[in-house]
Order: sequence, then structure tokens, then C-alpha cells
Amino acid sequence: MFPTPIERTKPSTQLLYKIALPISIIIWLLPLLAVALTSIRSGADINSGNYWGMPTSINFIENYTAVFTDSPLGYYILNSFKITIPTVIGAIVLSSLTGFALGVYRFKLNLFVFFMFVAGNFIPFQILMVPVRDLSLSLGLYNSVWGLVVFHIAFQTGFCTFFMRNFIRALPYELIEAARVEGVSEFKIFWYIVVPLMRPAMAALSVLIFTFIWNDYFWAIVLTQGAEAMPVTAGLNSLNGQWVYNQHLVSAGSIIAALPPVLMFFLMQKHFIAGLTLGAVK
Amino acid sequence: MYSYWKNNQLKIAPWIFLAPGILMFSLYVIFPIFQSINLSFYQWDGLGEKTYIGAENYIELLDDEYFIVSLKNNVIWLVLYLLAVPAGLFAALFLNQTVRGIRIYKSIFFFPFVISQVVVGLVFSWFYDPSNGLLNIILEFFGFDTIAILAEEDYVTYGIIAAGLWPQTAYCMILYLTGLNSVDPEQIEAGRIDNARGWRMLWYVILPQLKPATFIAVVVTIIGALRSFDLIDIMTGGGPWGSSRVLAYYMYEKAFSEYGFRMGYGAAIAVVLLLIMMVYIATILYRLYRDEKGG
Repeated sequence: MFPTPIERTKPSTQLLYKIALPISIIIWLLPLLAVALTSIRSGADINSGNYWGMPTSINFIENYTAVFTDSPLGYYILNSFKITIPTVIGAIVLSSLTGFALGVYRFKLNLFVFFMFVAGNFIPFQILMVPVRDLSLSLGLYNSVWGLVVFHIAFQTGFCTFFMRNFIRALPYELIEAARVEGVSEFKIFWYIVVPLMRPAMAALSVLIFTFIWNDYFWAIVLTQGAEAMPVTAGLNSLNGQWVYNQHLVSAGSIIAALPPVLMFFLMQKHFIAGLTLGAVK
Repeated sequence: MYSYWKNNQLKIAPWIFLAPGILMFSLYVIFPIFQSINLSFYQWDGLGEKTYIGAENYIELLDDEYFIVSLKNNVIWLVLYLLAVPAGLFAALFLNQTVRGIRIYKSIFFFPFVISQVVVGLVFSWFYDPSNGLLNIILEFFGFDTIAILAEEDYVTYGIIAAGLWPQTAYCMILYLTGLNSVDPEQIEAGRIDNARGWRMLWYVILPQLKPATFIAVVVTIIGALRSFDLIDIMTGGGPWGSSRVLAYYMYEKAFSEYGFRMGYGAAIAVVLLLIMMVYIATILYRLYRDEKGG
């Protein structure tokens, strides 16, 4: 193990390390802690510029309910779920199919198609912006939850295909060959043999795509207008514009908006990290 | 019919599996790239007729001082954003221990990457706030003058990049933590016997084994730097006076905001950004190709 395990060092170093850990974490999260602190202050504190002194009162419940009752943030969050969940399902379904095709079959264009997905995944969003907006308009999907869902599914298929294909490549190929010898059809091989084995990859991608899409801001402002289909990222920003003198409420809103992906990460940490490291840094 | 399927199953099946994915991806990603490239040779306000103007958009770019500022900022982003890679490595080395509760510490360090850039942007604009922001409180405490980072042309881009480094460092840290897990303990022991310690050990024994992690970290950081948009929009809206724009943001402004609806001109900016990105995409594809042929 590198660096030297702390148990093997001098007691003084060990003590120093144990003190340094919590301090470093506090410094690292300082900007966020400040927001958490602001989010429980009263409006009076904010108005009098009392950002850092003792809060005159702890308004945790008031502020966090005010965000839901006095602003459409709850509605934006609902939109975010409506966009994120179908995208996760759609991208996983499509990429299971493409990943299977590219991982299992040998055919001439295999590598070309694979590279197309990989390259498409890395291009700058701006090159897609105008045509995708026009396409959404002409399909009648502009400013709707589904407009965002369909685009996100299509785009995420690039990354997911990359991931799924590599995962399937690592599965024992003999299983598939044995089934073929038995005369099992390709569709049954996919459904009964490969899909059950892909569960870990699906789990990793679900958490990852959930976080990506939940946090998407660019496409939210390009493909929506007004509150109707707006997800929480764009909603929070417009709220920040309206509530200039209510920083405590915007802070509370920020914490709420950040919560779903944070929870997702904590609950599915192993899968999340497996996904992020592309399974490549074993 | 049935026997044809039976005989050619292995040839047809992959295309059936690929069809829905390729269709969607072509419609929303591949075709739009070419549509944008095509559009960059036109003048178009998004509603009326398109007028073909040849390379005029590109010629105009050369004389557009805001384009140059954006391009310059992109370079600054690219260079400084890469600090996330060594910073992530050191965070990972710091946390690669087995003391009690270390898992929680690792998760919490990773926090900034999971939250939305919108939240990161808001958090940091409050942090920089000239009257009540924590940064200036700290500066004042140590007897320095306060500064309004996001209102100063000379500092604004650096201020935004610092905000971006926060989540990006966390990302690189996770990559390295995973990489450190698989460092060969025997090589470390061998290094210790040869009296390699600290820096020398890191440089000669550990880093070579972390190459895959470093590659991914550099790639995702470069792509992230060139994609920077959210933080700029949230924190400054490109200001003051356009001094914090990057190409991605300038393109959006030209094409979609009150400043423009110049779709063709915007498309030309996007093409330039794509060309820069292509250098990295080509590198990634080349490495993938090499791995495929080698393995």
C-alpha cells in the first residue's frame, strides 16, 4: 500500500493525521457548509447582513417549507424526476441492445459503429444545439419533458454503449457459443443469458446517468422555456434571479436540489464509482 | 423466409440489435453535427430564409475581439483545469489509509462532484460575494483588502475556474483512489528494499502503475474544461463586459440570446470548438484502436 499505512508510522504522525482529516474535510466543504448555515437563518438575519454570526433563530422548518409553498421548486423537482427516470430506463434499454451487438458479433463495421458512439459522446454540446432545437420544435417536443427525455436518451446512448460493450466483452464468450451450439436463437441468448449477467453494468449506469441528467443545465435552458417543463437546475437559477433578497431561501432550495443525486451516490456508492472509472481502472 | 433467417441469423441479428440505438443517435447527434457545419456557411436568424454566405462567418470571427477573448479564456481553462489532476492525486494519497471512518471521509470529499454545477456556481458566487462572502471575510480577518472577484475583468475567469476545480478535483481523486487500490504491493516492497521512499517511490514506482487512471483523469478534465458553460452562465453570464466568456458560452449567446439569433455565426463558433475537441477525440479513438488491435 502507498503511502505507508499510518499504523506503521510514529504515534505523533498518527495523531497529526487524525487531526488533519476532519480539518481538511471542513475546509474542503466550507463553501457548502456556509450555504447550509445560510439556509437555516431567518429573513431578518439576511436583511441585517448577519451571515456569519450566530443565527438569531433557527428557521430550518420555516425556510425549507417556504421553498415549497412560495416557489415552484417542488414542481421543478417533479419535472426533474419526470425527465431523469425515463432517460435512465431508455438509455439502458438502447445501450443493452447496442452493447450486445457490438460486444458479441464480429462484423466489418463493428469498430466503426463503436467509434461513432464513442466520438459522438465527446463532442461539444454547442455543435448540436441549433439543429436539436429545430428538430424538437418540428417534432412538437420543444418545451416538453419528453423533448428533453428523447434527446437525453439519444445522447447518453453513446456513453452507455461504450460502457456496456466493454462489459459484455469481458463476459465468458463460451456461454454464448455453447448456447448457439444448442440451437438457441440470438434473441433468446440476449434475453436469457446476457441480460441477467449485465445487471452490475446496468446498476452502475443507472446511478451515473441519473446524476448526469439530474444535473443537466445546458439542455434544460436550450430545450425549455418558462416553468412548464423546466427541471430543478434551471428552475433554481431563475429562482435565484427572482429572490435576490432571500438568499436563505435560495440556499435551502440549493440544498434540496442537490439532495437526490447525493442520496443516490451514498446508497449506490460502489456502482457509482465502478461507472465513473469506466471499469477501466480496476 | 424462416430458413433464410436461420442461415443468416449471425449476420442480421447485430443490425436488429443496433437499429434503435443507431437511429436515435444519428437523428440527435450525428446528423446535427453535419447540419451545424453546413449552417456555419449561412446567415440565418432562426426564422426566415437562410442565405448562403460562404466562409464569411469564419472571416468575421478573425476580426471579432470577443471571439479572441473567448478563445483565450478557453486556453486558460484548459491549462488551469488540469491542476485538478495532481490535486486529485494528492487528495487520493492523503485519503488512501485504513483508519476508522475513512470511507465516510472519502465519500464526503467526493461530494462536490455529485452536486449540480448550478449549485456549485451559486455556492461560489456567494463565497466570492464582495460584501458578505466568506472569502472576503477571511481576507479582512487577515488584514487584506476585499476584492469582488466576479466583477473584475482580470480575476473573473480564474474565480470561475477555481469553482470548477472543486468538483473536478473530487472526480480525479476518485479515479486515483481506485487506481491506488490495484497498485502491486510487491513492487512497493521491492522499492522499499531499494530504499525508495516518498517522492522517489511515488515517481518511479507508483505513478507508472497509475497510468490508466492518469489517462482517464486527463481526458475527462480536458473535455470538462472545453465544455465549461454552466458555471459561467450561473456565476457571471459571461461578464463583466464579456470578459469571462468561453467559446461554448459565446456561441450560445450569439445564437440564442437577446444579443443575436445569429444561428450561422454561432454555428461557426461551435465548429471551431469542435475542431479543438477533435484533437482530443482523435487521441482517445487512437488509443482505443490500439488497445483493440493489441488485445
